Amino acid sequence: MNTNDFSSSSSSSSPSDRRIGALLRHLTAGTDADRVSSVFASPTSGVAGGSVFAHLVQAPEDAILGVTIAYNKDPSPIKLNLGVGAYRTEEGKPLVLNVVRKAEQQLINDRSRIKEYLPIVGLGEFNKLSAKLILGADSPAIRENRVTTVECLSGTGSLRVGGEFLARHYHQKTIYIPQPTWGNHPKIFTLAGLSVKTYRYYDPSTRGLNFQGLLEDLGAAPQGSIVLLHACAHNPTGVDPTLEQWEQIRKLMRSKGLMPFFDSAYQGFASGSLDTDAKPIRMFVADGGELLVAQSYAKNMGLYGERVGALSIVCKAADVAGRVESQLKLVIRPMYSNPPIHGASIVAVILRDRNLFNEWTLELKAMADRIISMRKQLFEALRARGTPGDWTHIIKQIGMFTFTGLNPAQVSYMTKEYHIYMTSDGRISMAGLSSKTVPHLADAIHAVVTKAL
Amino acid sequence: MAMMAMKIRNSASRRTTTTMASRQISSGLRSMSSWWKNVEPAPKDPILGVTEAFLADPSPDKVNVGVGAYRDDNGKPVVLECVREAERRIAGASFMEYLPMGGSVEMVEETLKLAYGKNSEFIKDKRIAAVQSLSGTGACRLFADFQKRFRPDSQIYIPVPTWSNHHNIWRDAQVPQKTYHYYHPETKGLDFSGLMDDVKNAPEGSFFLLHACAHNPTGVDPTEEQWREISQLFKAKKHFAFFDMAYQGFASGDPRKDAKSIRIFLEDGHHIGISQSYAKNMGLYGQRVGCLSVLCEDEKQAVTVKSQLQQLARPMYSNPPLHGAQIVSIILGDPQLKNQWLQEVKIMADRIIGMRTTLRESLEKLGSPLSWEHVTKQIGMFCYSGLTPEQVDRLTSEYHIYMTRNGRISMAGVTTGNVEYLANAIHEVTKSS
Repeated sequence: MNTNDFSSSSSSSSPSDRRIGALLRHLTAGTDADRVSSVFASPTSGVAGGSVFAHLVQAPEDAILGVTIAYNKDPSPIKLNLGVGAYRTEEGKPLVLNVVRKAEQQLINDRSRIKEYLPIVGLGEFNKLSAKLILGADSPAIRENRVTTVECLSGTGSLRVGGEFLARHYHQKTIYIPQPTWGNHPKIFTLAGLSVKTYRYYDPSTRGLNFQGLLEDLGAAPQGSIVLLHACAHNPTGVDPTLEQWEQIRKLMRSKGLMPFFDSAYQGFASGSLDTDAKPIRMFVADGGELLVAQSYAKNMGLYGERVGALSIVCKAADVAGRVESQLKLVIRPMYSNPPIHGASIVAVILRDRNLFNEWTLELKAMADRIISMRKQLFEALRARGTPGDWTHIIKQIGMFTFTGLNPAQVSYMTKEYHIYMTSDGRISMAGLSSKTVPHLADAIHAVVTKAL
Repeated sequence: MAMMAMKIRNSASRRTTTTMASRQISSGLRSMSSWWKNVEPAPKDPILGVTEAFLADPSPDKVNVGVGAYRDDNGKPVVLECVREAERRIAGASFMEYLPMGGSVEMVEETLKLAYGKNSEFIKDKRIAAVQSLSGTGACRLFADFQKRFRPDSQIYIPVPTWSNHHNIWRDAQVPQKTYHYYHPETKGLDFSGLMDDVKNAPEGSFFLLHACAHNPTGVDPTEEQWREISQLFKAKKHFAFFDMAYQGFASGDPRKDAKSIRIFLEDGHHIGISQSYAKNMGLYGQRVGCLSVLCEDEKQAVTVKSQLQQLARPMYSNPPLHGAQIVSIILGDPQLKNQWLQEVKIMADRIIGMRTTLRESLEKLGSPLSWEHVTKQIGMFCYSGLTPEQVDRLTSEYHIYMTRNGRISMAGVTTGNVEYLANAIHEVTKSS
């Protein structure tokens, strides 16, 4: 992202001052031109020496979150935010599920509810229900008490805690992540103490899965290596293996003792069915082997900001699971002591109640269906315009994101001329589209593809 | 090898069904041992393990003076009325979108006012890099990670004793630790000369962890005069002061008074770091809401430091939880609710101060040969009783009284209903000392 595009041209200060100025305008509540122009290093008085952090440089803006910041700045009435992956309704509004509102009311009305510290491993009921949700209520691993589940801060927190655990207790310290993957994955695992390598995943020429490359790279990985797998609705490409391909992946991984670490951020959101989206994970559990899975309720329950998630480790035996849990606690305690109570409580209310659970599945399907409908509409709109190229990947890819195949130059043009915001890798969030805005996007794509850029 | 054999068997027998094949594969896998065979059971957390043991005890006389969560005079946990009102306003009304990486801007602004002062020039000049954190633990951990990344050669000086998790935090951040004298076992007060010696002897520019008020676990705080001397020595040695303030308002009942140590350091020109928690003073324990702030040279540096703090938060949890931050923002942003909060904090602090007095008087009335002056001199949630681990064990096994083995009594767990029982038990195990 080139932040200079958004900086003011008023001051004659240095490029870094202009970048700081631009950043400040984004970060502060109101726009205050005077404040911005007064940003420069000033000597301090009465201090014991200079700051101990004077040598720091400004960190780059997060690529994904930076898109929304830029979008907010744009005054155009036709602007479109296809950046961050949060669900939007057909009216372009954020959505709080009905079941969540009901759960909120239940919690509020229960005056006897105490909100003290949760145990380090989080809300027990939530943990049990989460394991059932992802592994299946009849999962042999659960029946045999071989699963340890700890509440964590959404998917990010689950991945980080799992990564730290592996770095301390697993014999292999390398994790293989797909190329491409969510931008935060490599940072999470690096800070957790693992070394990060990649395996081929996305094939730009087919805009589909590079299955051969995937098998070759995993086949060449050292015995016991950790492998990050997107359970469904791969982020950012939307490209998932078929069930047959998953079976081959499973066989290969088990034959090499590769440790599966599933990132499940979209269960129910991809196909509309919770069980369908969990199938790859359950295939791995069914063979009796071990694995880790990070669950997030950010998207499928719309609980984004409440940071609700769970890390489950499926072990060979119950006593192993117990010891694993005790070690997970040692990772969590010095990080944040115990997880937040509110979001997990909402989830527990919903999952434990048959009616609320069913209602949730309907709301989930409605969100997934709307996204699938957007895919169809965009595909049709491009076909109607005779836009050159093969756009079937739009309807073949699954989940919240589409990897359009547009390059950074094209993306930049679409932002400038059409006020359409997306990450520079060409990823668009289908959740940000509506029937009303599909034509605008189709026009923009048509324009950049037919232009010589 | 087993896989190959199975394959040959399967291809040889045309009657093999898919289920048979997968069962054979599964059993082949199950015969391999777990990757986690060598994982040792971890020791129980010394503090949280106490409550676990308490809960398992069937005795009707049991008393929990272990973990530091406030209890009212009936021994019941408390949800503040101002918090209930805030939650009423939130339910059904808010979207649950992601907060920015640095958390709720509104919550952070209000929180800085509490620590630095409502009219702080540092807030006005935007010199404070601040992010919402996962309560006090999260703030300390973020700072420790930040310290490791940008001052990799530094160490952290930690008081003896301290909250046990402090050691875990800086250890996991891979920052080497040193200790400094703090508690004087003989006086059951501050070892001021020991502290000053250690501060003096530490290499110039060392990082120190200070408890802003209501030291945990001892309840022993420096006097205002002593804080001034500590600050002056810190200046001379160019040390960095990191304050853990987990009990603002809870110690004396007055948040301004409880922040005095920080204000002294700010007046003296130190660029400090602060961890703030709403777990106790707003009773928001399980919501995990707090704030990490670092005072910088200027606005530009504050922006820079904040950006780097966010870089550490993103791969840990991406952005902090919303609900607790909303509660804090609503309460502190509404003058009426804020006043209600201040009153409720004072009630909690006053009850604890009252229990200190009662406990001490009861022990003196029983004719204890020991001095219990420290019970009322110490401040905040905890009393460092001076009981030995053996005496603590007796209290647990004979009287079903639960506390951490360092003799730390959570005064919040003491009530008019159990204070006499507690005094009696303590007297019994100490009268022959």
